[in-house]
Amino acid sequence: MAIIRDGMPPFDLFRPTSVGDALALAGRLGADAWILAGGFDSLERFKDRIKRPKAVIDLGAIDELRGVRREGSDLVIGAMTTLTEVSRHPDIRERFGLLSEAAAAVASPQIRNQGTLGGNIAQDTRCWYYRSGWTCYRAGGGTCFAGESPQGQNREHAIFGAEGCVAVNPSDTAPALVALEARLLIKNPKGGREIAAEDFFVGPDQDITRLNILAPGEMLTAIRLPATWSGATFYFEKVSDRPVWDFPLVNIAAAMRLTGDRIDQSHLVLGAVAARPWRLLEVEAAVAGRDRNDVAEAASRLAPKGAVVLPQNGYKAVLAANLIKRALLGNRDA
Amino acid sequence: MHASLIDTIRPGGMTRRQFIKSVIAVGAVSSSGFLFSGPADAGPSTSPGTVERLITLNVNGQRRRVDVLPQETLAQTLRNKLGLTGLKVGCDRGECGSCTVLVDTVPQYACSLLTHSVRGKAILTVEGLARADGKLHPLQQGVLDEQGFQCGYCAPGFLMATLGFLATNPNPTRQELAHGVSGNLCRCQDYDKILTALMRGAENMRKE
Repeated sequence: MAIIRDGMPPFDLFRPTSVGDALALAGRLGADAWILAGGFDSLERFKDRIKRPKAVIDLGAIDELRGVRREGSDLVIGAMTTLTEVSRHPDIRERFGLLSEAAAAVASPQIRNQGTLGGNIAQDTRCWYYRSGWTCYRAGGGTCFAGESPQGQNREHAIFGAEGCVAVNPSDTAPALVALEARLLIKNPKGGREIAAEDFFVGPDQDITRLNILAPGEMLTAIRLPATWSGATFYFEKVSDRPVWDFPLVNIAAAMRLTGDRIDQSHLVLGAVAARPWRLLEVEAAVAGRDRNDVAEAASRLAPKGAVVLPQNGYKAVLAANLIKRALLGNRDA
Repeated sequence: MHASLIDTIRPGGMTRRQFIKSVIAVGAVSSSGFLFSGPADAGPSTSPGTVERLITLNVNGQRRRVDVLPQETLAQTLRNKLGLTGLKVGCDRGECGSCTVLVDTVPQYACSLLTHSVRGKAILTVEGLARADGKLHPLQQGVLDEQGFQCGYCAPGFLMATLGFLATNPNPTRQELAHGVSGNLCRCQDYDKILTALMRGAENMRKE
């Protein structure tokens, strides 16, 4: 339980009105600066004195980072577009309903009104040891309190891809963006680049101190949804303790191209089971070209393959198996 | 407390006496919130996007001039500096909803918003609901008629969340309204009566 103190320690606040100004500020302030989007990942850590930036660059006054626009057959979503806007936008609903559903599943109405798509995918992990300021591997220390301590509380932690750190990426929208082959636009003072959503997220094997590739001074400015999966068959489901506020215990984002019941192509992505959205490549290959009714059971058995469960999170492997079956069948009761 | 001791514990290099003088000199409204000082006080900066401290907020239809620290939340400003204590700070983490206010008609958690980020926006708190002559807002009247809350701590947040939700869906089903106010907790577990009261309030609003 967080302790309520009298407020946040002081910092300088900047509210630039253009991406150029924000990048110039970030470049000038260097490691002292913290880039703020909706604030739900940041302010609580400032309040708890876990992060103490000297300066905060609030992106909230930059109009060019907000809104959804069409670019040819692509949709481009500004990184500061709120999750409420993403969940309601008619073009996103019509063509990429997977993302609308994922955005609508985040936290609570008020958090969706303020939280942004960029912030939701770039947020840090919610492992409480790390968030409470314990010196774990992710924080530069020498142990993993959740995974290596006999008393570790690891019900919410990773079953896939954990090397040292067992923290998970808690995002609901990240698996959807990976399934939709979204492209992420990243800018820094020297220029910019566009990368696949899948390459944005990193596991502890690549860098144990971060969940994504954003370097200090870099900003995620937009999310591009290519037409590739427009209008496909989608399935999103989030399993959490409470239907509001809670982060997923496991979620699934599936995009499928079907001919009748035959799966021509699929992207099957689990969330909250690893430090990055976890694509089930073996399952995708196994179901390709098959009737989904015939292959669902086998796919379900294959889904947890490779999972390494901790004392308290074995249920996640079972959830993964069940969610894959439901996603393939498009049936929440399966 | 001895004056020199007060002087030595103030961070930021400015003594309490100098500080008070400087506040008077610029004609600022003094308040109880000057607990922090630090790099933000170091002097004017010419960087793009630098925030001023003395700002004007639009609260409940009034222009309120107020001195706001860079790290101050809207909940702190409204409660501690503008005396609007209707909103409550239950968790200070965006996990309970009792600080909900409307920002440009959209429900938001005031505990998790930097005050500087709502400059130029219209803020509505529960104090802004009743008319100047004291007549309650139809939503409030519905809550009163149905006696919807037990202890009432969460009521201001529920009222503001409901008002914001009704702006997008004025005639909701009970289930839709429940989803609309799902970002607000009631520790008394009085949800059934709260929903009944808020439904009555929504009905009142449709009649007006």
